[in-house]
Amino acid sequence: MGLSTVDRVKTAFFRRHRDGSGSIRLDRRRIYILPTGAGLLYALTLFTMLLGAINYSLTLGHLLVFLLAALGLNAMLHTFRNLYGLSLTPGPCTPVFVGESVHFPLRLMAAPGLAHRALEFLPAGGSLVCHAQCSDSDWITLPVPASRRGWLSLPRIKLASRYPLGLFVAWSWLQPEVQALVYPAPATTPLPSPLAAGGELASGREGDEDFAGFRARQPADSPRHVAWKASSRQAGEQPLLIKQFAGGSRPEYRLDWHDCMPGDVEARLSQLCGWVLAAEAAGSRYSLSLPGGEITGGHGPAHCQRCLEALALFPAAPA
Amino acid sequence: MSRPLAAPAALEHAALPWLQAATVASLLPHAGQLPLWLSLGCAAVLAWSLTQALRLGRLPPRWLLLLLVGIGATGIAIEYRSLFGRDPGIAILVAMATLKLLELRSRRDAMVLLTLCCFLLLTHFFHSQSIPTAAWLLAALWLIIAALLRLQTSILAPRPLLREAARLGLQAIPLGLLLFILFPRISGPLWGLPQDAQRARSGLAEQVEPGSIADLALSGEIAFRVRFDQAPPHRRLLYWRGPVLEQLQGNAWRPLPTRREPPRIEAISPALGYESTLEPSRQHWLLALDAPGAWPVAAELTANLSLRSREPLHERQRVRLAAHLDYRYNRDATPTELQRNLRLPGGSNPRSQALGRQWQEDIATPRERVAQALQLFAQAPFSYTLQPPPLGQNAIDDFLFTTRRGFCEHYAAAFALLMRAAGVPARVVSGYQGGELNPIDGYLEVRQSDAHAWAEVWLAGEGWRRVDPTAAIAPERIELGLVAALPVGEPLPLLTALRADWLLALRHRWDAANNAWNQHFLGYNAERQRQWLAALGVAADDWQRWALLLAGGGGLLLAGLAARLLWQRPRRDPLRREWERALRILARHQVNCPPGAAPLALLARVDELAPALAPAFARVVEIYLAARYGPPAPPPVAEAAARELRAAVAQLAKGNRF
Repeated sequence: MGLSTVDRVKTAFFRRHRDGSGSIRLDRRRIYILPTGAGLLYALTLFTMLLGAINYSLTLGHLLVFLLAALGLNAMLHTFRNLYGLSLTPGPCTPVFVGESVHFPLRLMAAPGLAHRALEFLPAGGSLVCHAQCSDSDWITLPVPASRRGWLSLPRIKLASRYPLGLFVAWSWLQPEVQALVYPAPATTPLPSPLAAGGELASGREGDEDFAGFRARQPADSPRHVAWKASSRQAGEQPLLIKQFAGGSRPEYRLDWHDCMPGDVEARLSQLCGWVLAAEAAGSRYSLSLPGGEITGGHGPAHCQRCLEALALFPAAPA
Repeated sequence: MSRPLAAPAALEHAALPWLQAATVASLLPHAGQLPLWLSLGCAAVLAWSLTQALRLGRLPPRWLLLLLVGIGATGIAIEYRSLFGRDPGIAILVAMATLKLLELRSRRDAMVLLTLCCFLLLTHFFHSQSIPTAAWLLAALWLIIAALLRLQTSILAPRPLLREAARLGLQAIPLGLLLFILFPRISGPLWGLPQDAQRARSGLAEQVEPGSIADLALSGEIAFRVRFDQAPPHRRLLYWRGPVLEQLQGNAWRPLPTRREPPRIEAISPALGYESTLEPSRQHWLLALDAPGAWPVAAELTANLSLRSREPLHERQRVRLAAHLDYRYNRDATPTELQRNLRLPGGSNPRSQALGRQWQEDIATPRERVAQALQLFAQAPFSYTLQPPPLGQNAIDDFLFTTRRGFCEHYAAAFALLMRAAGVPARVVSGYQGGELNPIDGYLEVRQSDAHAWAEVWLAGEGWRRVDPTAAIAPERIELGLVAALPVGEPLPLLTALRADWLLALRHRWDAANNAWNQHFLGYNAERQRQWLAALGVAADDWQRWALLLAGGGGLLLAGLAARLLWQRPRRDPLRREWERALRILARHQVNCPPGAAPLALLARVDELAPALAPAFARVVEIYLAARYGPPAPPPVAEAAARELRAAVAQLAKGNRF
């Protein structure tokens, strides 16, 4: 990420150290405040109005100008107050695949007796991602697009608010130490030939004959297997359904780095990832073999997660 | 609760009604001041914007808006013959603000519109600074704050939004008032008032001819208010002198250029002090009681006994004056002065002049000639009316010999002409007569309807003497006022026409409130500020102290507000409080309790370390756990639990003591 010089100076000037994984409470030293463009326009207007009131000797005009000026200062205090005392605690986040967005959860706790309104969360250098209100306590999630596999840290977040009148903007930099694991993007390629019961290669494509029910679609599933009709009957934003077929005994797969189509590391990892998901979805046992080590055969969510973690963190040796 | 936004700066559709309401509230009072076509145009644009908001229609294209701006600007330029200056400037701003309603795309547009509305609020004060105007503007300000709030947050329903807006506004009032009182005032104008700021308001006649005052008499507007140091004199003595008209041209009496030679006044009665608050008349006349005994430095006394201020009265002004109600004036008038007041234009009003000349021959003394004229008015079928019939070229002749119906200026003009023709030096005085005492605040209110014209004659040995021919024909006018003098059925000034007692009382209250507003609030200017500061012990040129007072006071108020806003009230949780009390009791018994310790674990420790306390503490733990972690209870039950806990903790403390 290329930072401009101005950004570098800003980063150096404003707090840049990480905030740890605990709660962050916004106090006096964390909150910055400046007038907005609208605030400057407001001030200029007030000045013009004061000149007019003096020139035409408008007593009521003086009062209006001074009331508006006091209102502006009051708004400044309120803008500061709107962030003051707010506590933010990062929560656990679920892993995603490259190309999706990590949703970093953040628990907001209002200061006792205070409400915080119109909070805007912006990642450094990015645009608005989330708008929130908080009067007691609340969870929000900050979506961050995952573009690379491995650990993804929550980038520095700017929490800003112009509440109540938009004349001032108060902001605070947050850098909670949380990270999410990003798995490689699964590629949809056919599974390698399964091993025979004794570990021999077997042929045939068992499991494609008898319809056995539906399951939720995973990124590695080919669109050809989607049960469009059944999916459309579902209400709300549920994942697409995949037709599952059963037949014969479940084959066991050996998912080997060297069986992948030749290509760069990421392409191989994507293919392996797709295989892991497909094998898991088919209900088969599978093992994963990478240049740095091997995960022996297994099945189930924990096994799947172990394999995916190994792929995400490659070339670190799998745990 | 979180949701991604399409565009952070986009304007929410639901905020539109607020913007429209704020705009209408800040523009509406202008409707009466602007040219009709512009008011109607703005109303049409507003209606368009409303339908557009209701039907979720698209905003008009930019070229159309530019076209409308062009049409508006051209119309304004034609109407006012200029695009610059106060009134065309206001007209343009009003047009722009209205058209901006059709161009609200982003939050930024809305902020610009609302700032413009704030500015437009100020422009209302050019026309009026009365209490209703102030009330209207406070309401408009409230709506503007609410609209600003609405732009920032969509979570508040209309009522809480208005409440929050009111809170923001009310919190600003103390600081606003402090600035109002202490911010250094500069006496305007800074760049000179444009011509249009000086619209004449008073109708005090600078020239008197039959028919000149009657229009004015229909206005119930207040001309000035007076507070006497002592009991107010009888109203028949209250002649407030304006210009003295010494020159008769045709039918009209006109003033001669002001002369500086001082009048020679012999005061007979002691000076009566009073304070007069004059509404802006754009004229110089201070309308003092005859004969002035003391006047401010910024005024001068003319040879004709009128008080003139050096500057025209553009603002409401308070002047301190004194009067000798009984006086002699210019007993030793110079021959030129007398000659000047005998001059008659040849040719006009021949019959009146002939009648005067005849009196001069028939009647020996000037005093008797005056009495003769007054008798004429009292006896012949002369009547007093606000609706005199129209008069011809020789208006005074027509009035004296044909119509014989007239108002004060008819009688004064005719009387002075008769006197001059009869060889008695005479002239007409224009001013106000009488006034009404407001029982609420004790001010004497003189209205435009009290405008009056009377005559003065010069008699040897007496000097100039006031003769009011109106008193001869309608003595009620002088004794009781205009309303009493007019016959039933005449049109009356709107406000003075109130005859019902309760309405009159209401009007008195309203006038007193207006007077207090004018005296104490609107009258607060640079001079008043200096007096105030002096009362606080700060000399006007002591800038350091002044700045200290302003900054210190403002800082204190802001700090107080900040403390109020940021003070985080500890949660008033009675259970927690009692529990902590119990822990303190345990601590005194050397039972160490970590702050986050679980109650049951703590109970086990107490059992071990201080078994004597265990039964009492077990009860505390039981109640505390039940209240805290049991099913949610309605408030009365929760309060009962808190009381129970308090009793249990007290028991624990007692166990401690024994």
